[in-house]
Amino acid sequence: MSTRNLAKDQPDSFSFTGEHKARIEKIIAKYPDGYQASAVIPILDLAQRQEGWVTKPAIDVIADLLDMPVIRVLEVATFYTMFNLHPVGKCHVQVCTSLSCWLRGSDDVVKAFNDKLDIKLGETTTDGAVTLSEVECAGACVNAPVVAVGDDYYEDLTYEAMSKLIDDIKAGKTLAPGSAVGRQGAEPEGNRTSLKTDPTQTTPMQDLAVAKQKYEESQDAARKAKENA
Amino acid sequence: MLQDQDRIFTNLYGEHDWRLAGARSRGDWDATKELIHMGRDWIIEEMKASGLRGRGGAGFPTGLKWSFMPKTETGRPHYLVVNADEGEPGTCKDRDMMRFDPHKLIEGCLLASFAMNAHSCYIYIRGEFYTEASNLQIAIDEAYEAGLIGKNACGSGWDFDLYLHRGAGAYICGEETALIESLEGKKGQPRLKPPFPAGVGLYGCPTTVNNVESIAVAPTILRRGGSWFAGLGRPNNTGTKVFCISGHVNRPCNVEEEMGIPLKELINKHCGGVIGGWDNLQGIIPGGSSVPCLPKNICDDILMDFDSLREVKSGLGTAAVMVMDQSVDIIAAITRLSAFYKHESCGQCTPCREGTGWLYRVMKRMVSGEASLEEIDMLEEVSYQIEGHTICALGDAAAWPVQGLIRHFRPQMEQRIKDYRDGKVSRAA
Repeated sequence: MSTRNLAKDQPDSFSFTGEHKARIEKIIAKYPDGYQASAVIPILDLAQRQEGWVTKPAIDVIADLLDMPVIRVLEVATFYTMFNLHPVGKCHVQVCTSLSCWLRGSDDVVKAFNDKLDIKLGETTTDGAVTLSEVECAGACVNAPVVAVGDDYYEDLTYEAMSKLIDDIKAGKTLAPGSAVGRQGAEPEGNRTSLKTDPTQTTPMQDLAVAKQKYEESQDAARKAKENA
Repeated sequence: MLQDQDRIFTNLYGEHDWRLAGARSRGDWDATKELIHMGRDWIIEEMKASGLRGRGGAGFPTGLKWSFMPKTETGRPHYLVVNADEGEPGTCKDRDMMRFDPHKLIEGCLLASFAMNAHSCYIYIRGEFYTEASNLQIAIDEAYEAGLIGKNACGSGWDFDLYLHRGAGAYICGEETALIESLEGKKGQPRLKPPFPAGVGLYGCPTTVNNVESIAVAPTILRRGGSWFAGLGRPNNTGTKVFCISGHVNRPCNVEEEMGIPLKELINKHCGGVIGGWDNLQGIIPGGSSVPCLPKNICDDILMDFDSLREVKSGLGTAAVMVMDQSVDIIAAITRLSAFYKHESCGQCTPCREGTGWLYRVMKRMVSGEASLEEIDMLEEVSYQIEGHTICALGDAAAWPVQGLIRHFRPQMEQRIKDYRDGKVSRAA
């Protein structure tokens, strides 16, 4: 398991913005009355979106808001690895180094950061602009190697493609998420081997009246067999 | 080979409109009301007849699982929870179903919930899938607006609410009871079973947890008939399945194929073959990181389904095929998986919490060869001490890759140790 602790230096206070307060109400409404604790993960996520990381004052505020003991919120914040318990750079890059990505060259992707920004996994550039984190399987294995910048995935990377992306990050450009080789999703590159026909030509459905009749007959037969036995 | 007309996920590659109008043109939400009016017993019988086995990895028959829910409501509401916490290394199928075909899942949620007497359903999606969650939420809003879900869903008289819940990065929450804990706002630590979720699940109420793919295929199965689905694949391993092929193939891809397709055909037909040719193959993990890897000689003629892979002491799992060619240090590859399980152990059961770390540390020495030959046996023995001695299957999942390595690649491990002793491997490695 991963051991995670709160940062030593904490701000004095935290409060949600008005916009987030309105969203919190909507989130809590998703769960039955009395089970507002279910909202703790989405609300911690909001706090992180507001501050960039999860602070101790935010944890206290959320505990109060959801009528939970502080320790329960603290447990959740430290358990789930998407919560940054320490400040991160303005641009948070999460590189997947799990097996599929590793096989397709995630080491090269990490090396691009070493070469271009002089940071290793877990480090932040001295100007605080970019943090590079290692994550376990990002769930985009067919488009490996993959990194997440903020909320977006960048896929099918190479050393060169990552270097270019880093240049764009440094230049403050808007990045276009997705595959570096122009794939839309997880289709094979080049020629299609499936899904070549018009998808609107759907096959007709079964005759439900016949299906119902068959089902009732089989139920009758089963009932009779039971009675005889 | 499977024909396009028998494929369920017709927008798997995202080239068509994923929103409601596009989904309808591809046949989704067609006669949903009539399907509901066939009654819940019919739906469950039809699912049983289809032979569908759960697509999340364990392969438990879906229709049977649905039938475990109490037949009548006893004052406690019933819940359907969809497991979209996809995170098994190698697996990326649910992601594309949710961002490119979200209405299949939503319609499936309605039909499955109706069959199990549930008026509410939660989809638990992993937090990293931001775009996917956002597409899915748009699709849910569309469905509400069109009256397909909500009060009197599809005009059927059934009230149904669907909520999306985002997780926050914990692999263990893919385990059904950990997922329920997490949905209740706690640490994702699995519960002891029994009681099973069908009796005591979310908020202490009867709950069924199903994988995204299991739910998303349900509407098509009901429309075309369980016998259509059962006619594909092999007995006890029926239907179609989305395979995710990653690693050392020329064209990695997701593809929906018939269950029981030969592994070699899957790779050669859809992925342009192994890099450097089939003979350059070293080994394949056929079903996601949790299942033991197979050497080339087994891969030559193995069929991709639950029973065939179990016979060779591996598993279909999530059907995530990870291909490794001769250039891979397979000991290091399995060690990478050991690092994964060490990181993802929830820390609740001692054999897993301590064992995954121990496995990883010993595996690291196996990579450099800085070990003794007897330690291979000890490693295997300890892995059996973890397997089956924990609340959930994460302990098993950590043990199996290591066992697979020892079973099939022992000579390489021994050679590494000998090379280290002879000074052939640098001590820094």
